[in-house]
Amino acid sequence: MTDILLRTGRLGFAYPEHGGLFRASTPREVIKDIDLAVPRGAVLGLVGESGSGKTTLGRLLVRLLTPTSGGIQFDGVEIGAIGEAEMRPLRARIQMIFQDPQSSLNPRLRLAVTLTRPLQVFGRLKGRRDQRDRAAALLDLVGLPTGFVDRYPHELSGGQRQRAGIARALALEPDFIVADEIVSGLDVSTQAHILLLLRELRARLGLTMVFISHDLSVVRVLCDDVAILNHGEVVEYGPVGRIFNSPQHAYTRQLLSAIPLPDVEPGWLDESSPIVTSHSQGSAA
Amino acid sequence: MTAVLTVHDLHVAIGRGGGATNVLRGAGLEVETGEVRGLVGESGAGKSMLGRAVLGLLPANAAITAGQITFKGRDLLAMREPERRGLLGRSIALIPQDPMTSLNPVKRVGAQIAGLLRHHLGLSNRDALERATELLAEVAIREPRRVLGLYPHEISGGMRQRVLIAMAFACDPALVIADEPTTALDVTVQRQVLQLVERLRQSHGAAVLFVTHDLGVVAKICRTMTVLHAGRVLEEGETADVLTRPRHPYTRALLAATPRADRPAEALRPVPPALIESLWAEAHRLDALSMARRA
Repeated sequence: MTDILLRTGRLGFAYPEHGGLFRASTPREVIKDIDLAVPRGAVLGLVGESGSGKTTLGRLLVRLLTPTSGGIQFDGVEIGAIGEAEMRPLRARIQMIFQDPQSSLNPRLRLAVTLTRPLQVFGRLKGRRDQRDRAAALLDLVGLPTGFVDRYPHELSGGQRQRAGIARALALEPDFIVADEIVSGLDVSTQAHILLLLRELRARLGLTMVFISHDLSVVRVLCDDVAILNHGEVVEYGPVGRIFNSPQHAYTRQLLSAIPLPDVEPGWLDESSPIVTSHSQGSAA
Repeated sequence: MTAVLTVHDLHVAIGRGGGATNVLRGAGLEVETGEVRGLVGESGAGKSMLGRAVLGLLPANAAITAGQITFKGRDLLAMREPERRGLLGRSIALIPQDPMTSLNPVKRVGAQIAGLLRHHLGLSNRDALERATELLAEVAIREPRRVLGLYPHEISGGMRQRVLIAMAFACDPALVIADEPTTALDVTVQRQVLQLVERLRQSHGAAVLFVTHDLGVVAKICRTMTVLHAGRVLEEGETADVLTRPRHPYTRALLAATPRADRPAEALRPVPPALIESLWAEAHRLDALSMARRA
């Protein structure tokens, strides 16, 4: 039997919609009945377009949001409905990497402080010396020079900032990481480096990840399984090779055929052309 | 074929005196009548700067330090300001990157399109609104009359981008500069927008300079392409040739670093940092040379 680290059962989330003075409030469902199972050490890709609910789902998984229905089991413990006090010890094991390192790293703090902040919060830091050593070790882990401990975020390039964001998420040695669109804003030449870094870290540290992206091409590089989200529902879910080679759902096929591959393909711009799956010839990953 | 646009040995610098930074270092390209040319580069390559230089819309702290820009045989840089302004939106139009901030938020969609038509084509208000309705129908907006009465915040991002495309082609320009017009859009919407640009370009007989960082987008819509890095052209040619037989190591590296949905992960090769460093070193060496020549 596979060892499942994270499992959701009929997970749902609805934003309260405030009615008018004489109108009843009707909750707006943005996540509907989602069943996922992420085996320990695996990477699950969550793919969807804007408004699909993928970011909301990611926030539910790390319990930045509380589900309005269904449950989340983390390492056998039901965490969907527990309070912050019970959640706190698990917080160290569950981390998130954010899309925009520009706004998620404090511009006024040196990296030594930012990277070790999670350790400080959990009382695992022993003085200044320890702080610098731990920060340097984290920088080294993500392929940044250890001398960066004294740098501020604005002194880093976009790719370097994203590496720093990853380093901070690793500070507490978590088992589970949710990464939300972390390569979207990066240039191609930087993006591939970050993707390969994540692959390497995953293998080295045995990380379990949920990788959220609008970009199916990027998901193929990193993920074992992929769930396709549309209007808050999972329309297709399975191993990456299967989904890319023989997509079953019409929406998955539409997404795949809309990706412009860097090959000249006359007729791709014909508005009458039916949905074609030009992705089926690739070999199984 | 004749060129609608010729950019020759263009140098642009930001800032003044000793603190000036070069962003274009002798870049050049041609856009022929009725063709779509892709201008490809990563951030900092100077691709948007080149588009803005052609439009005469460089930021206030940027200046052209050398080079020529010729539009339909006329020297754009020697032209007097009012005359050049008269071309904008009429003969040379822009599809901007950000559909969220490029429309006036306090004017209805109809008034914005009609204003453009009245100004450039001298249409009456009534005729302008009639033409605006046709233009919105042409970019596949349903109920165009109703949309004319809406404010930009009342329509979706994809629809706003359609309105901006309609406005770019409204006066049958000879050249449209598309500055990353699909970067902020979902892939399914992106495909529709690219289809639209292609259809309107054909029916209005415009040439397009398509600025993008996405080799996939170039492959689908551009007949020819120019690869820019650090303000220099590294490679140019027919898209089919460049993508299948790239000559410059940078183009080859970019292609190898682009994740592909049709290939397993093992195919991905990141761009060697040494290559990028050597390209920048070369650019800075050129800067030093031109400084010495001027001194």
